[in-house]
Formats: sequence, structure tokens, C-alpha cells
Amino acid sequence: MSTDKDLLPVDPHDEPGHLPIADIPHTPRVTDTDPKAARRAERQVASMFLLSMVFVVLFVVAFVTIDKSAVVYIPVLGVVGASQIALGFTFGMAILLIGTGAIQWAKKLMPDVEVVQERHSLASTPKEDEAAKDNYDRGKEESGFARYTIIRRTLIGALALFPIPLVIMLRDLWQTPPGENPAEILSTTAWRDGLRIVPDTGETTGEFLKGIRPEDIPVGGLVSALPVNIMEIQKAEHNLNARGKAAIILVRMDPGEIRSQQGEGWDYQGILAYSKICTHVGCPIALYEHRTHHLLCPCHQSTFDLADSGDVIFGPAARRMPQLPIGVDEEGFLVAKSDFQQPVGPSFWERG
Amino acid sequence: MSTTSPLEKPAPVEKAGGAVATYVDQRLGSNRALGRNLGKVFPDHWSFMLGEIVLYSFIVVLLTGVYLTLFFKPSMVEVVYDGSYVPLKGVMMSEAYASSLDISFDVRGGLLIRQMHHWAALIFVAAMVVHAFRVFFTGAYRKPRELNWILGVVLLTLALAAGFTGYSLPDDLLSGTGLQIIRGIVQAIPVVGTWLAFFMFGGEYPGTDIISRLYSAHILLVPGLILAVVTVHLMMVWVQKHTQFPGPGRTNTNVVGYPLMPVYMAKAGGFFFVVFGVIALIGGLVTINPIWIFGPYTPDQVSAGTQPDWYIGWLDGALRLMPNWETVIAGYTISWNVLIPSVIIPGILFTLLALYPFIEAWVTGDKRDHNLLERPRNAPVRTGIGVMAIVFYGILWIGGGNDIVAVAFDMSINSISWALRILLIVAPPIAFIITKRICLGLQRKDRDKLLHGYESGRVLRLPHGEFIEVHQPINVKEMAVITSKTDHAVLPAPQKIDADGVRNPRYLVHSLRHRLSTFFYGDNVPTPSAAEIEHGQHHAAEQAAIEAPLHEYEDRDVIYNAHGGVLHHPGMPETNAEQIAEETRS
Repeated sequence: MSTDKDLLPVDPHDEPGHLPIADIPHTPRVTDTDPKAARRAERQVASMFLLSMVFVVLFVVAFVTIDKSAVVYIPVLGVVGASQIALGFTFGMAILLIGTGAIQWAKKLMPDVEVVQERHSLASTPKEDEAAKDNYDRGKEESGFARYTIIRRTLIGALALFPIPLVIMLRDLWQTPPGENPAEILSTTAWRDGLRIVPDTGETTGEFLKGIRPEDIPVGGLVSALPVNIMEIQKAEHNLNARGKAAIILVRMDPGEIRSQQGEGWDYQGILAYSKICTHVGCPIALYEHRTHHLLCPCHQSTFDLADSGDVIFGPAARRMPQLPIGVDEEGFLVAKSDFQQPVGPSFWERG
Repeated sequence: MSTTSPLEKPAPVEKAGGAVATYVDQRLGSNRALGRNLGKVFPDHWSFMLGEIVLYSFIVVLLTGVYLTLFFKPSMVEVVYDGSYVPLKGVMMSEAYASSLDISFDVRGGLLIRQMHHWAALIFVAAMVVHAFRVFFTGAYRKPRELNWILGVVLLTLALAAGFTGYSLPDDLLSGTGLQIIRGIVQAIPVVGTWLAFFMFGGEYPGTDIISRLYSAHILLVPGLILAVVTVHLMMVWVQKHTQFPGPGRTNTNVVGYPLMPVYMAKAGGFFFVVFGVIALIGGLVTINPIWIFGPYTPDQVSAGTQPDWYIGWLDGALRLMPNWETVIAGYTISWNVLIPSVIIPGILFTLLALYPFIEAWVTGDKRDHNLLERPRNAPVRTGIGVMAIVFYGILWIGGGNDIVAVAFDMSINSISWALRILLIVAPPIAFIITKRICLGLQRKDRDKLLHGYESGRVLRLPHGEFIEVHQPINVKEMAVITSKTDHAVLPAPQKIDADGVRNPRYLVHSLRHRLSTFFYGDNVPTPSAAEIEHGQHHAAEQAAIEAPLHEYEDRDVIYNAHGGVLHHPGMPETNAEQIAEETRS
């Protein structure tokens, strides 16, 4: 910010000292008039700085001596980690006391008489404007920017094009497998005809049961479930993508209560399988009220009627929950009869 | 720098410091800048500390964040947890989540720093919002500070980005659900949304790339940008000098306050330690985001009652309250139910926020410099717009917790949602009207005080039987504050055809501006003339004088002068020094 301005004689108003102003009310503080009070303030400030040092020592002691798994009961806070509390308190106090000390010092002992500085227009003077314009014009003239049309245009072209590689290189943020596109990937899940349904134990690994028999699900009950081969897929793909799409819920109701389904005979003895992924923005849903057959999303409260094709009856979701056709295999376990007939999860542009 | 008084011998450390200053000065000319800036005056007001809180909590976020990077592993590789937290022992989880647990349970002081980081981030955004309120409601963004307002809006946006990217890093079930929602939002963007989501996540959701990508944004890109913009923001404050509230001796062309050295060195420096210390205490004593309770992220699990950090709550509320509109045109889907609340509304709001100073200047035609802050009551429409925005935001924010409200008050979530939908449209205009009326009422009250003094509440019976309520002259401070009000002229109504019979080609624009500017300042209560004020205050003083023998009436030195904000009142000491001397004598 070194300009010609810096070389001009310094404006006296910029100097410290300034002009005290007449009608700013001022009442002297006790510390201004009573030397005893001033000394008291001095002692207060110094004590705070001293205490800060003490807390640093306590912090080090706490860090070294308190076991990291030790817990302690503190009223209001309850049972808490002893190390955490001790470190937080000593660290906080050590810092806080420096601050309060400095502020006390400023408030009690430093001058509290307000002073005045003048403001100056920030705009440049006509002379400075002129100088800027002259320099610009000279530069323009000397470079020949106006004259060498071809140079000017090619330069603009080059500058416009050079960011393109930077953008193009972002293409491989997703290395698209040959022949695939997002819309297709989003439209299929791991479900296949005859694929057995197993309960989701809530962990990302672990042994699943062999499957679910219809009699395992009571009327009014809800089971979160996955395809039986989900762990194999996860191990092969090293991610949770398949799980995120294939998660379903199984609910059982009295067959007479089912008003409609998304396909003829997609239930099995009143057991219905729906996607677990909300069609709004994709939260997994498992809040089910068995008397009304309403399924409520915990994120944005979209509500679906599972007795009526999973239609939206309230909330921001626009689409019904996709239903999965199910049956049983020869061993009597529940299986899927095909993949979902429509994409699961939130809508997307190409979905139609 | 020989600043020591000749009476005291410089301490060795000062001598060394002086030598360093000379060394640097000979190479950079730094003493010239020091000489000017060490005495720079800053006005004093509690609300000016809000911006300081933002800066200091940002520094705390940076410091604690650097510490966390020493232990955090931004990787989605699945590992088996084997740390001290027993309930999760043996559970498969991402390395990101496992290292977050290690920071919380196995690094001594790690949980303290993690919680300080989170609390400081929340305070950072909160202080930023309140600071923006202060700037907005006092009109501090007016010329010459419009550019700094834009930088402020940029900083707010960056702060939200920093918060969001950081919130997702521990890869726990709660933050993962937030990420899932973001993916749903990105996917809803027309034409490019699906591809964009795949680029973002490196393929299908959740993939294995997102944590490391968010990490580089969170610890490098976003904080780097914030640091750069904050620096420019502060440099502008420095160059333009801080605005000040009206008061005795304070004018549009001066700054009244304390010099940087020593008062603000101590106050602002001390305040940094106060903010830092308070954050450390909160981080030590108050649990935030107990990620160990939520468990590792998996896309098929969710916990009920999920809540985002407070500053994202309004967007979540918008998502919840939006009706379920979706259209399919020629085989392509437009999800208005997601697009409007999470892309269109925030986009419009932030654009309006950034452009507001320019819109207001265009409407009022005001091209003057404003260094003296305007009281909210003196700009009723601006204040009304601000309150309207707060109400709009507040309703969305409540909407973001509609499930919590439903549980807490045992109400139907459907009726809460419907009530909030209606309120979102109806309540802001009502809030605007009420606020504007309150402001105008306060202006009238101010006018009364100038014309009649303030009502003492004491009724006096005069010898001839008349009852009067004693009015007293207002004091010099209040006088200065009230008379700081500038009367804004409304833009004149344009004429379709001027005196020379020439049609005004921009008649419609001029007419719109005329009407808007009338709307903006047209209802303002005019400030009485200096003579009227003097007369009114004189009258009040006479009334008070009648009563004086009856009461121990102390406000004898009140000034009834119409020119609050000017330097000298009759009978007052010429300088502060004189005044202080006088007060000390008595």
C-alpha cells in the first residue's frame, strides 16, 4: 500500500494524540482519584496472571497423573471422564485468566478518556486520478495493446482456453466403468429372482441367519432385511453401495387389510416388502405404526401408507415407496421374485 | 522506535525490540506504518465485539483443527475397532470413524480439542450471524462499506461450507445421514445432478472417496479461502475506519474512541483470550456430538430425531415443509420438492442478502458516505425487512425440529407442518408491518422528547389550580443520539412529459423508484427544527424549574441545545482535560 500519499507530509490528524473533544461526558474512575484503589486493581490484574500460571501447572499435573479411562461424578454434569474435565477446566482457566487480567488492566488502569480522530475522504484527488489515467494510457500506448489486434485477440483466446484442462481433469473424479451410466446404476439393485431375504442385524459384518420364514414375522411386525449375498458383494466391491440400495423392510398385515399393491400378488400371505430408502432424499426409514400401516421417515417426516401401495400420504416425498415382489423358496424361506420394478431412493433427472 | 519517556531507562527487552524495529524499518519502512497505526482510534460499543468473537473463534478453530489432523485418518477403509471404547470393540467401521473414536478416548485431551473445535465452529457461525444483524440493522453496510458487506456474505457462505464438510468427517451414523440427504439434493439438480452426485462420491453413494474429498476441502480449500477473505475484510475495516454509534461529539467525519495502543491492544488481545478460554471451558465441560453413541455409518440405518448443526436447521426445515411437488416432462424428472427448498430458496436468499446494500441505495438514491450508524427506528423499512427475514428463518428453523416439537408438546406432526407452512407465508409480512409501526412510534416518541422534554411521571398542581405533568429536558447524550437522525428526502415523482414537452423515456423506472423510496423513507417522522427543539427544551426546563424547590432535583447541568453531535455547548468546558480537571476539583 505504498503510494504517493505516503510520501506527502503526514496529516497532523493522523498522528496519535488527537484533539480531545469538549462535550464527551467523562467521569473519573475510582482508580483515577484514589491511589489505594489503583493499587488494588494492580493486585487484581497480577493475581489473575499468577493464577493463570498456576492452572498451567495443574494442567500438566492432570495430564500426567489422571488415567484416561478414569471417570468422576460431578453434580449437574453427571459421570464424566476425569481427564477430560480436569484438562478442559485447567486449560480453559489458564487462558481465560490472561484475558480477564488484560481487560481489567485496560478498564481500571489505562486511560478511559475518549479521543477524536478525523476521517478523510477515501477517494483519490483529481491529481491522483489523473496520474493513474496517465500511467494507464502510457502503458496501453507503449505495449501497443490497441494497435496489435491479432496479438490482443489471440491472447484473449489463449487465456480463455487455458483453464479447460483444469476442468477436464475433474472428469475422472468418477472412473465410469465401460458401458455404464448413472441412471442405469441407480435403477438396479442386488435383488434377483429367488434371492433369499435375510434380516439386517445392524452391523456391517457378521453372520446372518439363513433366512426368514414367513412365520418369523408376526402380524404388525417389521423386519429390516437385506439380500443373502450382501456380504459377498460388499467384499467384492469394497463399499456399502449395494447395501444402500438393496435395504428393505418386511411388514406383515392381515391380508384383508391390504387395500392395494404395486403388483398383483407381490405379497406373501400378507407380508409386504418395501424399499427402506426414502424416495424424498434417501434416508433409511423404519418408523412404522402397525395399526395404521403408516411408515414415517425420521428425517423429513414423509409418510407412506404401506397398506395402499406405499403411497405418500403426507410430507415432502413425491413418490411412493417401491415394492419388492416376494415369495418363498422350496425350503420355506422368503425370497425376492425379481429386482425392484422402479429405481429406489431419491428422484433423479433421467428417472422419468 | 524511541517511544520510551526520557525519564525512564529503556528495559533491555525494549532495547532489543527497538533494534529489531530499526532493522526491519530500514528494509521495509515499517515504522511509518507503526507510527500511524499504533494510535489509531476505534470507537467503543459492545456490539463491535461480535465481529471480534467471529475472528477469535476462527483462530481457535484453526488451532484445534491442526491438532485434530495429527490424529484423524480421512479414510473409508473398513477396519475392526480395537480402542478403549468397549461397546464398539470388534465392530467393523471406517478408519475415519475409528480414528475419531481414538481421538475421543485414547488421545489424552483429544476429546477436549475435538469438542472445542466443534463448539468454536458453532460459535463462529453464530457470532457471524449476530454480527451481520448488527451491521444490517444499523445500516453499517451503506456507502462506503458495501464491498465489505459482500465479503461478509461470502464469509457466511464459506462458514456454512466449512461446517458442513467438517460435520461429515467422523463418518458416524448421524453425519452420514446428513451426507445421504446432500446426495439426494445434488441428485435433484436438473440435467447434471445425477452425474454431479456420481462425480462427488466417486460413483454410487456412499462409495469410498467422499471422506477424503471432504477432508481436503475442509482443511485446505475452505479455510484457505476464509483466511484470505477475512484478511481483506479486516483490512477494509482498517482503511475505512470503524463506524460509530451517534453520541456527543460523534459526527459523520470523525472517530471517537480509544487508541489501539494501549487500550485496544489490551482489550482486544484480552478478549481473544477470553473467547479462547470460554471455548476451552465449554469444550471441557459440555458434551457435543457424542459420535460414539451414534455408531459407525451404514446406509441402511438411521437414528430417529436426527438434527443437523443449528445453522443447517433452517434448510432442513425448508425440506420438511415443502409440499411434495414433482413433475415429469418428456421422460425427465424435476423434483421441485427438493430443488425449491435446498437450491432455489437459499440461492435467492443469499443473492438478495449480498445485493441488499445496492438495492437500498438504488431505492433511496442515497450516495452519501455514512460513518455514523443509523438507529434501527430511523429506517423502519430496513428494520422491518430484517425482522421479516428473521421470522422467515425462525419458522424454517422450527420446521427443522418439527419432530422434536411434536414429541415435546404432544402434537400431531402433520398439523405442526401445516401450521408452519401457512405461517411461513403469512407471518413475515405481519412481522414487517408491526416492526415498521413500532419504529414509527419510536420516532414520534423521539420527536416528543425533542419538542417537550421527557415525561417525568410527576404531576404538579400550579398555584392557580392547573395540573401539569412535569417534563424535563433530555440530557446531552440523548440529545446527540436523537438528533443524529438524518432526514432522507424522498425521490421526486417523475413527469411523463417535461416542461419542454419531451417525453421521459425512463418514466416507468423513475416512477418505480419514486414509489419505492416513498415506501422506504416516506413515512419517517420529520425532525423538528433547531429553534423548535430549543423552544421545547427551554419549556421543559422551565417546568422542571417550577418543581425544583419541591424536589432534590439533580439534573441541573442538562443541556438544552438543539445541536447534539456538535462540539461545544454553552457553559460546558472546552476540552475533556478541562472537564476532568473541573470534576476532580468538585
